Amino acid sequence: MTVPGLRIATRKGLFFTSRDNGWKLASPDFLGDNCSALLQHPVSRAIYVALDHGHFGVKLHRSRDGGESYEEIPTPAYPPTDENAEPWVDMMGRTIPDSLQLIWSLEAGHAEQGERLWAGTIPGGLFYSEDGGDSWQLVESLWNDPARRKWFGGGMDFPGIHSILVHPDKPKDITIAISCGGIWHSADEGASWSNIGEGMEAPYTPPELASDPGIQDVHRLARCRSVPDRMWLQHHAGIYRSDDAGRSWQTIEGVQPSSFGFAAVVHPHRPDTAWFVPEIKDEHRIPADGRVVINRTDDGGDSFTSFSHGLPGPNAYDLVFRHALDVDQSGETLAMGSTTGSLWVSEDGGKSWETISNHLPPIYALRFDPP
Amino acid sequence: MTTVHFTTNLQRHVNCPTTQAEGETVAEVLEKVFEKEPFLRGYVLDEQGALRKHMVIFLNGMALKDRTGLSDPVTSKDSEIFVMQALSGG
Repeated sequence: MTVPGLRIATRKGLFFTSRDNGWKLASPDFLGDNCSALLQHPVSRAIYVALDHGHFGVKLHRSRDGGESYEEIPTPAYPPTDENAEPWVDMMGRTIPDSLQLIWSLEAGHAEQGERLWAGTIPGGLFYSEDGGDSWQLVESLWNDPARRKWFGGGMDFPGIHSILVHPDKPKDITIAISCGGIWHSADEGASWSNIGEGMEAPYTPPELASDPGIQDVHRLARCRSVPDRMWLQHHAGIYRSDDAGRSWQTIEGVQPSSFGFAAVVHPHRPDTAWFVPEIKDEHRIPADGRVVINRTDDGGDSFTSFSHGLPGPNAYDLVFRHALDVDQSGETLAMGSTTGSLWVSEDGGKSWETISNHLPPIYALRFDPP
Repeated sequence: MTTVHFTTNLQRHVNCPTTQAEGETVAEVLEKVFEKEPFLRGYVLDEQGALRKHMVIFLNGMALKDRTGLSDPVTSKDSEIFVMQALSGG
């Protein structure tokens, strides 16, 4: 079985490792720079790395030689501010800026769509590129939708698009998730959008708003490649499952040690198998009892098994962010990275874990290269 | 001609040697510089043309007054502009 390479975006650089070299970490790229998102495009094989330089703003770099060298490419840009228009404010009355704050998610278009890229950003703009990132266009239909006024920042100051799911069988079908703005679906490549997602509850809002699909704090949205109607999500208030491509959701009750967390991944071929990393919600955001575990269900959420073999504890306070858990095409190899710089790999579906490092910079995102 | 200096911390990311350019405002001077190095613009200004939040520009030793439009007039022929980080914290 071939295990693809693993790229890791951290607070201080981009790292690479692979099973072929014994999971030994290669020398990092962008050492010292804050990497917020990464992607290897499955069609072009180009590698994309989003940076957040702080003082100097958000940047995007591309490699067309497998990571040997990178070139800076244009970033998505918000349209000029209309001085005569009323400023966009979120549901809490805070003004949403017309400027790029962070590239939070990068995804490839459908395999039939060449080098198409999608970029999810903070403060809530969805962008696409048809030329491998040489130019970007804002999805104006979404940006100009009045319902966007409900969106607000969760852990970040402003709302952000963190999950972009292109339907594996329908190239024009795209579903995105926003923290905090719920789930949005387009059947026409982004020309029009519907706010979907009945069944989620937001206890952090007044009761009359709690079930509004447009204000839900989805932490991460995942879809089974072989059964695309099956989705899983980690929500601020728990774990949910959908059997109709995100239109309706069932809450998963009784998950121990916690149903709070950020990451969610689903087996590429077994829709009932999904992984989550439980944390004590939400004022603490640390593993229960100081023990890092990963939860896996194999029966659609009826039950979960907590696996800890190879993971630290007690006195471990690693937090796994939403983009820092991934599974490869086989469904057997997983990788997980933490805010305290721990990187683990499992080659048995999450039952046991090998420590690759405990000393990396805080890990924001990781992903296996496409097959 | 106005002499424009950039923080050395920026040199690591993008080519920005000390240079000279003409213009009647800070915006005009910097625009001439950005014409030669297009990616430099995004390190100093956001996409709305405003000075980035954590950047600062000094014109002849005075901090820029118009951070949004960079309209501060450049009146002296031998003016100096320093583009720097607005450092905060320790």
